[in-house]
Amino acid sequence: MTRDEIKDLILEIIADIDEDAEFDGLNPDEPLRDQLDLDSMDFLDIVMELRKRYQLQIPEEDYPELATLTSCVNYLEPKLKDK
Amino acid sequence: MKDLPENERIVITGVGLAAPNASNLADYRAKLLAGKSEISTIDLRFMGPAPAGICDFAETRYRKKKENKRGTRAGCIGVYCAGEALADAAIDFSEYDKARTGVYIGLTEHGTVETENEVYNISKFDYNVDYWTHHHNPRTVLNNPAGEITMNLGITGPHYSVGAACAAGNAALIQGLQMLRLGEVDLALCGGISECCGSFGIFASFKAQGALAEHDDPHKASRPFDKDRNGIVISEGGCIYTLERLDKAKARGAKIYGEIAGYAMNSDARDFVLPYGERQAQCMELALDRAGMKPRDITIINTHATGTRQGDAEECKAIAKVFADCPDTYLNNTKSHIGHAMGAAGVLELAGNLPAFSDNQVHPTINLDNLDPECGLANIVANLPKQLDNVDAILNNSFGMVGINSVVIVRKFRS
Repeated sequence: MTRDEIKDLILEIIADIDEDAEFDGLNPDEPLRDQLDLDSMDFLDIVMELRKRYQLQIPEEDYPELATLTSCVNYLEPKLKDK
Repeated sequence: MKDLPENERIVITGVGLAAPNASNLADYRAKLLAGKSEISTIDLRFMGPAPAGICDFAETRYRKKKENKRGTRAGCIGVYCAGEALADAAIDFSEYDKARTGVYIGLTEHGTVETENEVYNISKFDYNVDYWTHHHNPRTVLNNPAGEITMNLGITGPHYSVGAACAAGNAALIQGLQMLRLGEVDLALCGGISECCGSFGIFASFKAQGALAEHDDPHKASRPFDKDRNGIVISEGGCIYTLERLDKAKARGAKIYGEIAGYAMNSDARDFVLPYGERQAQCMELALDRAGMKPRDITIINTHATGTRQGDAEECKAIAKVFADCPDTYLNNTKSHIGHAMGAAGVLELAGNLPAFSDNQVHPTINLDNLDPECGLANIVANLPKQLDNVDAILNNSFGMVGINSVVIVRKFRS
């Protein structure tokens, strides 16, 4: 997957969690939690969805890597390069 | 009726409901008087079609879609009913402290739907529990529906569920009354909720018991007291009341639907599923005694009868015993219209009868084509509403499995 595809994937998963999520003006380098109505349970939903779709096992110590859209892409790019 | 000081008299000031035929009290009453069933057919996982009562209401009126998705169906129904009850009562918490408000929700069961869904989900992943949702525990704790209501409304007083099988709605109503009388809270949001249409297991268990209704026409499947009844129609739904002490309700000029005059609960202590008329009769007598009323003082008995062969006959035996000489007491049954909403049944059925205090009509029991002689009570209002000169008191029966009985008596409000 390309970086753009990974970004779209994350936004698609978030949109599935919260249909009312508004992505206009989203700063990719600011924490998602500060910009969207997301909490820790929602981040676990993102982790679960990645597991279901791509059999990715993301260890708990890596959860901070999912803080911003850019950090998500950076973290997932090597893991999803062959997907 | 017993003479109590106004701060011990508990009145109903708001009603919020979601029923298979309506999502507010005015529409609900109109449907019950018109005698139109809105039972439909659902397609259950593993089981296929069955008659059931499904509610259609404004699910996002009081909270976002995201929260409905995260929470449970029971929570969704509960948040809607609580919001509607407060709006109906015109309570905006300028008059009550949220820390002195209690939420008491009656449930027949909870967690069955969520557990079935999750086991089904991991079956798609070879039963690997890494795919089991982190939402499972907060969704299945027994206080879930009550807790979702407090989160939605910012209520910081006590909340919990009352587990009492199909007597649960009445049990929660009684709990709310008791907490007000004890001075534990100043406002009680109480009632019952059922999400059980999401569980094939509940349907399958009634079927295995020979107690699940079957009929080619789902509108005719729920037929308490009829010779051809063959079981229960399972429904989802909810009903929540605002209960207040009379002095406070009067001071704020609240609309008063009625006063809870008496109540009782007891246990059969005999059998897991079979009802016991003798104990039901004792429960009705205890509620009458507590209210300081005689059987003749009751205008409407809203029966629990679910459409099972033995249950309906047993309740009729109990009523015949207690109300042996009461020519002006009438009986009806709300499940014939909306099915059996389990934990919500008692409170939903009571709500459908409360407007009788102002319109003086007894809503009918529908689908009663051939009265079973075993249920042959004289004053069952069948198929058409009955107009009376005055409706003074309603006695609401609600009984449940493992031998639990509840009776609530509501009286027309008199200052």
